[in-house]
Amino acid sequence: MTLTSSPPARTAAAPPTHRGARSRRNLRAWAYASPTAALVLVFFVVPVGLVVVMSGSDWPLLAGNRGVNLPDNYADVVDHRLFWPAIWFTLKYTVVATVLLIGLGLGLAFLVQEASRWRAFLRTTFLLPTALGLASASLLFYAMYSPQVGPIAPLLDRLGVTDGVVSPLGTPTGALWSTVILIVWRFAGFYMLLLLVGLQSIPGDVYEAARIDGASKGQIFRGITLPLLRPSLALSTIMCVTGSLLAFDQFYILTKGGPDSSTMTVVQLVYNLAFESKRNLGMAAALSVIVLVALVVINAAQLRALRGTDSDTRAARGTRAVAR
Amino acid sequence: MTRVVRGLTRTPFHVLTGGLAVIFLYPILWTAISSVSPQPGSAQVHGFGFGNYETVVHYQAGLWTYLGNSLVITGTAVVVTLLASTFGGYAFARFTFPGKDALFLLTLAILMVPYATLLIPLMTWLKTIGLNNSLVGVGLVLAVFQLPFATFMMRISFEAVPRELEEAALVDGCGSFGALHRVLLHAVKPGLITVGLFAFLAAWNDFMVPLFLVGGENQPLPLAMVNMRQQVMGVIDYGATQAGVVILTVPCVVLFLVLQRHYVNGFMSGALKG
Repeated sequence: MTLTSSPPARTAAAPPTHRGARSRRNLRAWAYASPTAALVLVFFVVPVGLVVVMSGSDWPLLAGNRGVNLPDNYADVVDHRLFWPAIWFTLKYTVVATVLLIGLGLGLAFLVQEASRWRAFLRTTFLLPTALGLASASLLFYAMYSPQVGPIAPLLDRLGVTDGVVSPLGTPTGALWSTVILIVWRFAGFYMLLLLVGLQSIPGDVYEAARIDGASKGQIFRGITLPLLRPSLALSTIMCVTGSLLAFDQFYILTKGGPDSSTMTVVQLVYNLAFESKRNLGMAAALSVIVLVALVVINAAQLRALRGTDSDTRAARGTRAVAR
Repeated sequence: MTRVVRGLTRTPFHVLTGGLAVIFLYPILWTAISSVSPQPGSAQVHGFGFGNYETVVHYQAGLWTYLGNSLVITGTAVVVTLLASTFGGYAFARFTFPGKDALFLLTLAILMVPYATLLIPLMTWLKTIGLNNSLVGVGLVLAVFQLPFATFMMRISFEAVPRELEEAALVDGCGSFGALHRVLLHAVKPGLITVGLFAFLAAWNDFMVPLFLVGGENQPLPLAMVNMRQQVMGVIDYGATQAGVVILTVPCVVLFLVLQRHYVNGFMSGALKG
């Protein structure tokens, strides 16, 4: 919203007669913007173009470019035995992770939304894991799940979940849920914070009015909190879906895609095609393009849904902005 | 009496949230304690001590090499992100120039195309422009993927500065660069700290970009720690792994605790963007 509400730059409103002054100003502005422009061009625009070219080229890892072979890479990728299982697993993981993270994030936000010293401590505690790198967190949980040194395997054995002290990463279901638990631990505080911002932007007098009208807690939650929280919920969902669809570090470190390729995500398959199984950058690029296009489509659809909900809440946010 | 009743009704809340706090803190505390505790199959078999940290210090090229690599990558990413987003944010906030909206939208579009899908072409492309297996190359790539957030953050920071402040400096004979350098930079300091903190955490912790783009002696710490797991004939040295996690985590936790306000502000401005 801030993007559209930025005031027109007053300093630039130089009289149009001073053409020289104006173009000097443009030049200066471009000089300030040029580092950004150069970085975006060299490390974003060129790679986006190159990934499309590579996806249509015969490009082995070691031999380099051997010319156009469109559409062989795409056909090979779609026919790859792990293509559909990887997509299916990635979608399953995304749904599980998103539902759990948004649900828990919202629950945590409710727990800590009032101001008190204990709640401030809780917020810090829930946020602390988000400062860790995903790779560090994955290594940490890898040790926690280890039957040799970790506390989880003996605990699961004693609870009767597993038969003997074995790694929970050993079965496909166990590997999925073990990874989800790591992700929930690492990211729940992040979504708590995003949703907390949304919760606190709901003006108190709206609740007040509802309470005077005799609304129950459930009615207030369904009638006020949820609708007014929709933009925050939508933003959290977009971030969570995008992040989960691109899952890599956690599975690379915890499961290596195993057991038996059951936890192979799409981005892991990109890595696998490039460096492990095929050593074929063309196929890896083709899969990258498929992921890229799918993500842009999914993001555009989600953004449209977000914008649809935006107008309902603009009034509420306006009130808040004035109050501040 | 009412106080006692209120205390009792609050007890379940405190038990529940206290339990949650323990669950969230437990993995970090467990790792820190285990890393100095005796464990079979590690360098610390008897009694408490820093044997596992010695293993990490002497792992292959040595901890200092990997730490140095991490510092070069992180330093490049932080400096480049700060410079580009400060100048860029200033340009977007205070000037109108042809191509302004297009460039800003293009910068934000980086969010739509996450780097996971661009690492294959980046590998080839960096080789072409002479940044093969280069720490600076990794730092630049990480900086670019910080740019959407950083540019947005600096743009709104500059827009929040009263124009009078800048005009006074211009009247006093500063050029626009002088005004930026002497006056505005001070006013946008909170934004700079937030941007710098996020760039640091992202670059210091990143695993995937270096996995694709560098190897051997040029591995940063997270990559080296992941590869260290299977060093001795597939036998995993969990003690050394835990020590590595602690070394990686300490700077992040310290920065997080010291700069928590800026950390939270960064998320808030991101959330309000929607």
